Amino acid sequence: MKALDAPAITLEFNTAAGERAELDVPVGPGAQRTYWQNVRSRVARDPYTMVCLAVLLLMGIAAILAPWLGLDDPTAANSARRLLPPGSPGHPLGTDELGRDMLTRLIYGARLSLAMGVLPVLAALLVGGVLGLLAGFVGGRTNMLIMRVTDVFYAFPSILLAVAIAGALGAGIMNAAVAIVIVFVPSITRVTESVTTQVRSMDFVEAARASGASTYAIIRTHILGNVLGPVLVYATVLVSVSILIAAGLSFIGLGASSPAAEWGLMLNTLRESIFLAPFNAVLPGFMIFAASMCFNLISDGLRSAMDVRI
Amino acid sequence: MGDTPNELLTVRELRKYFPLRAQNLRGERAMVQAVDGVSFTISEGETLGIVGESGCGKSTTARLLMHLIEPDAGEIRFEGRALGRGGFTVRELRRKMQMVFQDSYASLNPRLAVQDSIAFGPMAHGASEAKARSRARELLELVKLDPDQFGRRYPHELSGGQRQRINFARALALEPRLVILDEAVSALDKSIEAQVLNLLMDLKKNLRLTYLFISHDLGVVQYVSDHVLVMYLGKVVELGRVADVYHRSRHPYTQALLASRPSMDPDARLERSPLPGDPPNPINPPSGCRFRTRCAFAEDVCRRVEPLLKVQDTAPGHFAACHMAIRGSGHSKPSPGMTAPLDRACPAG
Repeated sequence: MKALDAPAITLEFNTAAGERAELDVPVGPGAQRTYWQNVRSRVARDPYTMVCLAVLLLMGIAAILAPWLGLDDPTAANSARRLLPPGSPGHPLGTDELGRDMLTRLIYGARLSLAMGVLPVLAALLVGGVLGLLAGFVGGRTNMLIMRVTDVFYAFPSILLAVAIAGALGAGIMNAAVAIVIVFVPSITRVTESVTTQVRSMDFVEAARASGASTYAIIRTHILGNVLGPVLVYATVLVSVSILIAAGLSFIGLGASSPAAEWGLMLNTLRESIFLAPFNAVLPGFMIFAASMCFNLISDGLRSAMDVRI
Repeated sequence: MGDTPNELLTVRELRKYFPLRAQNLRGERAMVQAVDGVSFTISEGETLGIVGESGCGKSTTARLLMHLIEPDAGEIRFEGRALGRGGFTVRELRRKMQMVFQDSYASLNPRLAVQDSIAFGPMAHGASEAKARSRARELLELVKLDPDQFGRRYPHELSGGQRQRINFARALALEPRLVILDEAVSALDKSIEAQVLNLLMDLKKNLRLTYLFISHDLGVVQYVSDHVLVMYLGKVVELGRVADVYHRSRHPYTQALLASRPSMDPDARLERSPLPGDPPNPINPPSGCRFRTRCAFAEDVCRRVEPLLKVQDTAPGHFAACHMAIRGSGHSKPSPGMTAPLDRACPAG
């Protein structure tokens, strides 16, 4: 079965003469900038990407420094102060259904939720990247074996697969992370494989082979650099998907469990209070939205910054 | 064509069939007969031009020589030594033989500064990074590009002609003796092409290089080559010195190719193509002479017997594979290029 949501990332090597001179690439002596330095300077001039990076950086720093920010205990319930509206004294964003401070829980929630976004993707990137490179570079039967196995995973919608795996492994944040990794490996493998296959057939790889270089040197110098970009862009999109799946798993009780602070779980427990305190109930959802949106926009920014023709 | 010391490259009966994916019901695979029994010799310091329509096996021949694809059969000897035991390793061979591709953009890594692309070869052969880089700068100067100005640029920041010079520099980085130029100037504008060709000729003289020059442009081949090889559907149909092949061609295919060249004289323009149709499918090439389906002189013998390359009376090194140019082949007509009909020149047949 062919995947319906097969990632459509293609390398656009411009064969026509792309003669536009580049302004930010110095050509004089002494200036030595690699491709990645150029990418960085282009990202730095892209306002959307920079804003998103700033927002995520803020979330990340707050999450890491949470215990030292002088916040309340994120799990200390206080039934006398339940569902206080935002702006209440001592509770700038109000309290939840058990009287816990919303701001505190959102910041502590960022720890789990962001980690659940980034870490499974990194793990999947490692496994899927190696598999995809192998399949793409070696080709033949190896390719067939690896790609047909990934096709099997494509037969299931990703969220359903995650639920099934997490359900089989049992509730818990670690199992949820493992489930997400398993869901992501096939798609990263596929993207890496298709990009590698494309790059491998380019003339410059042929020329590198003709120079008598070893396979390792060719992969390191000519394949990796060209495969990494598109795969990284794709992985950034997956971070936002990962945050959503993790939140979804927690929401249906397969991820983090009470009283831990996690955005998906908070959304679930506040759901019943949505008519009593709509603003409070919406806050965790907004955080999920903001974080995943930022990762998406960064992915877009990276894609255009990495386009060699710009 | 014996093994004299100045023969740099000798190719004998080179053959490559590509199996098609599809099989028929009996499990047989159709084969594309890309290169079928090609033989030639290149002497040191000369340029051999290979011409032919697209799909005739020119590029496959080049890739076979570089061992980018493995030949099915045939022998490639370089400096009198074959590949394998007691001879060259593929790595050594690739060091002495280098190749420049047609697409100047695709043959450079878009994410490497061009001087790093040039330095890659020497580094792969064990040169230190500093040494490889200074070598890259020397090579940039050799191809008339200022290393300070161009070395750190990326391929998309250069023009087609500049990129192709970078590709020459990269090919020369390993100090090869033979450079295969696979349509290396075909994609360039005419004025740039002339410039690059002159650079190529200078480099050849100064570095004592030998070229294998593959092109579909007969004019360019005439300008640069000492010998010419004409290919049709994976076979050599004519081979000889430029003057012999261009002025005393014996094969009707060569004659048609030459006649199809655009003329500078508007009165001499052709009313119709001298070569009708497209080349036949190389999966199922015609029996006998592969050119017979498009040849104006085809007779029964052309269908039955495959003409072999035979030396011509024009010059010792001039070969053609046409029944009309072979005595006693059974063909009724002499080659249109011949001054006298065969039976009159040689009544004994």
